[in-house]
Amino acid sequence: METFRCDGLCKSFGGVRALADVSLQFPLSGITAVIGPNGAGKTTLLNVLTGFLRSDAGRCFLADREITHLSPHRIARLGVARTFQDLRLILQVSVLDNVLLARPYQRGENLIAALLRFGLADEEARNREEAMRLLRLFGLEDMANELAAELSYGQQKLLTLACGLATEARILLLDEPVAGVHPSIASRILDLLRQLPGNEKIVIFIEHDIATVRQIADLVVVMDEGRIIAQGPPHDVLERPEIMEVYLA
Amino acid sequence: MEYLLHVLILICIYAVLTVSLDLLAGHMGILSVAHAAFYGLGAYTSALTAVYLGVPFLGGILVGMGIAALVSFVVSLPSIRLHDDYFIIATFGFQIILFSIFNNWIDLTRGPLGIPGIPEPVIFGWTIRSHRDFLILATIFAVFAHLIVGCIVRSPFGRVLRAIREDEVFAQALGKNTLRFKVTSFMVSAALAASAGSLYAHYITYIDPTSFTVMESILVISMVIIGGAGRLWGPLIGAAVLVTLPEILRFVGLPSSIAANIRQIFYGALLVIIMIVRPRGLVGRYGFGE
Repeated sequence: METFRCDGLCKSFGGVRALADVSLQFPLSGITAVIGPNGAGKTTLLNVLTGFLRSDAGRCFLADREITHLSPHRIARLGVARTFQDLRLILQVSVLDNVLLARPYQRGENLIAALLRFGLADEEARNREEAMRLLRLFGLEDMANELAAELSYGQQKLLTLACGLATEARILLLDEPVAGVHPSIASRILDLLRQLPGNEKIVIFIEHDIATVRQIADLVVVMDEGRIIAQGPPHDVLERPEIMEVYLA
Repeated sequence: MEYLLHVLILICIYAVLTVSLDLLAGHMGILSVAHAAFYGLGAYTSALTAVYLGVPFLGGILVGMGIAALVSFVVSLPSIRLHDDYFIIATFGFQIILFSIFNNWIDLTRGPLGIPGIPEPVIFGWTIRSHRDFLILATIFAVFAHLIVGCIVRSPFGRVLRAIREDEVFAQALGKNTLRFKVTSFMVSAALAASAGSLYAHYITYIDPTSFTVMESILVISMVIIGGAGRLWGPLIGAAVLVTLPEILRFVGLPSSIAANIRQIFYGALLVIIMIVRPRGLVGRYGFGE
């Protein structure tokens, strides 16, 4: 099992400290929820961990490898996938193509292989098979050939998760995976997330809804003003009055 | 008949230019105004190697394509990280630099005097003299460029290009090294543009810097936009329309003193009308600025 941790992360935007000496070791399995009021630094933490933002100080490690200043694609290739708070998809291509895009190590992404097309058909067939399996899992198989733009917001959220899984990453960082979606789709997403640790995935997600956190999280990390103010099992952390006071404030 | 063949040859040469530019502009969403610079690089390399070193036609083309790919690699590394308008300005700067080299490095390029006497192409003993033969050769070039770009955009490589066009951040989050894809595509595009330049040089048998100005880049961009970006046939149709229509205007009987100006007004008006009526071009998939 790989450890995923950060030590002393700091990040400021002008005079605002978004991360102030954040050190955290994520558990080797299970689901971790990162909660906190708006502006607590949750998304900044996710952006720094995945290389989309450079920290001003501090270091991140995956297993024994330092990933602090690696580019986002290299971190993703090491097995850390993420989704975004503002939905990011390739809207003008099909649902299936979005998932195919996410498949790792495709020979056809090499120019020479793309031109010679040697062995590409087999690889593409295998990837399609896997992509369709994921779309079935997410209940999107009937829309495989629709443009991603034509899906509802909730279905697009499902699709981003399917893309994250298609990367075969072991660590999934999800930024508000059920925010703003219909309760039936939210429930499907939560069911799927619950199954992931059993498939040797580590899930770290940002969430505002305490009920959702209670439902699926094994560990809760509470942030406020760029600091980690508490962490522990949900039944412990979420019962503390001082935490709820900060959160509700 | 010769005149008709000449127009068709020009369409084929421009088809190579447009399909190669569309790899960047249509499929990847990055607009370059340096295409004429790479076109010129191919033309000058072929002309110089053929006239001064006696390098055969195919050799000159390969050298031209190689140099264009190399130069585009060097240019793209710092500039392709720039986004949208900034990248356009960077390629504009490169276009100006290369034009200045064509125009001012007199010892090498003879500057505005140009390079005359570029030999007819000879391919495995086949000397291409007639317009008919040249049309066959130009068609092979256009089909070759079309196939290369077609293979790329229909492959997983092309899928990543479309992802870069729509949301580069998402592509990076999925583990795609977008810089590699952008640089590689820029090199392929430049090499294909250089092959068109080589063909042009051997066809016209004389080149000078005026054929490779920024206006030529804008003409090629206009062809891509009018034909329709992001579709394999769009750039070809754009090339056919913008090469043919001015030729048709020749028969309208405009006074020669204003014919050139009218042609420019016509280009401009056509672009404005197409952008209003069909912002995605005649058969295009993507509209610029969407």
